[in-house]
Amino acid sequence: MSIKDLEKIFLDKIEKEIKIEPKDWMPEQYRKTLIRQISQHAHSEVVGMLPEGNWITRAPTLKRKAILLAKVQDEAGHGLYLYSATETLGVSREQTINDLHSGKAKYSSIFNYPTLTWADIGAIGWLVDGAAILNQVMLCRTSYGPYARAMVRICKEESFHQRQGFEILLTLSRGTDVQKAMCQDAVNRWWWPSLMMFGPHDSESTHSEQSTQWKIKRMSNDELRQKFVDMIAEQAKILNVTLPDPELKWNPERNHYDFGEINWEEFWNVVKGNGPCNKQRLDARRKAWQEGEWVRQAAAVHAEKRKARETQQVA
Amino acid sequence: MKNFILKYYYGDIPEDKSGGAADARQTATQSDWPLWEVFIRSKQGLDHKHVGSLHAADAQMAIENARDVYTRRMEGVSIWVVESKYIHASNPEEAESFYEPASDKVYRHPTFYNVPDEVKHM
Ligand SMILES: [Fe+2]
Ligand SMILES: [Fe+2]
Repeated sequence: MSIKDLEKIFLDKIEKEIKIEPKDWMPEQYRKTLIRQISQHAHSEVVGMLPEGNWITRAPTLKRKAILLAKVQDEAGHGLYLYSATETLGVSREQTINDLHSGKAKYSSIFNYPTLTWADIGAIGWLVDGAAILNQVMLCRTSYGPYARAMVRICKEESFHQRQGFEILLTLSRGTDVQKAMCQDAVNRWWWPSLMMFGPHDSESTHSEQSTQWKIKRMSNDELRQKFVDMIAEQAKILNVTLPDPELKWNPERNHYDFGEINWEEFWNVVKGNGPCNKQRLDARRKAWQEGEWVRQAAAVHAEKRKARETQQVA
Repeated sequence: MKNFILKYYYGDIPEDKSGGAADARQTATQSDWPLWEVFIRSKQGLDHKHVGSLHAADAQMAIENARDVYTRRMEGVSIWVVESKYIHASNPEEAESFYEPASDKVYRHPTFYNVPDEVKHM
């Protein structure tokens, strides 16, 4: 079969909403785009554990600590599901992780902001997981089978993440004046970075819409961002917090909230590696990897030994 | 076909905008642990179903890791793991001819047969 024929079969499947599976023929760029996107997603889950991990030992109660541990553990699982999905495209796990550690691969910039108070843990769950969920719900319908299946699994687990964050903030918002102020402060700091998670404006790009054509991505950055603003603006009322945007206002004509412009300079700065915690995050990942080296070696030797013992018994 | 990679989608940051870490260096490691496919029986009486894969040094470790990642919410009562290299698969490119023998045998389905209305439950 010629490349043309194969391409036609591929596009036909996309058209008919038939998922593409690892052994199916796919255009090289489709594969490349997926490798980059899924591995970045995986790295985001893994690096995303760091800002929250910062508060595990300092959670205010044992209950909160157990919840936060479970949440962070979920994120590790999400990383694994996504690394596995990346591997189905023909890159090794080792290579993928090396790309993160060398700085070649990216992860979501949101995790380059620091978690200064306990309220930040609430704000992350509510805003950051909230934003991630919108993206991930959309990706449950992505055209690549292993990615879509990982997303379905992740979305199931994700639903408690946003709720626990909201509950942390709700508790603070009904507390003392100091607690209320802490809640507001966290929301002030996390609001804009959360909006940035959706990426630049759709109009910013003159490039081809290939990812949409291939149904990797099924909604645009601005569509998702609007959905997020509409959802959060309503929930903020219950928390009694103000979102730090004087232009945020319900627009009855559009049936959506209007909102102000993102500071794009800050956005690109953090993407390029100059956010408050970029260096700290990568250092932490590398350190964990290096310090785990003896565990990986020991496990490999142990497995060898056990295998040798088994063959001896058989002989 | 070439330019789309530059488009920045949520969850996909293009390479040209990536600054790279200040001290980029490769972490040399020994080779990866083998890959295992994980199958889970969600309830007694049901089949094991493929749920995903993971790396582990040996079968025991694979089962324990599978428990930690795939059954954190009581999703399973039994786990199978098998090294991915032992899985053989049919070729999707030959799917048409491969499944052809079944495609013209409609009489294998109960709906092929006309049964009078008086006959209930057959
Ligand atoms: Fe996650
Ligand atoms: Fe999450």
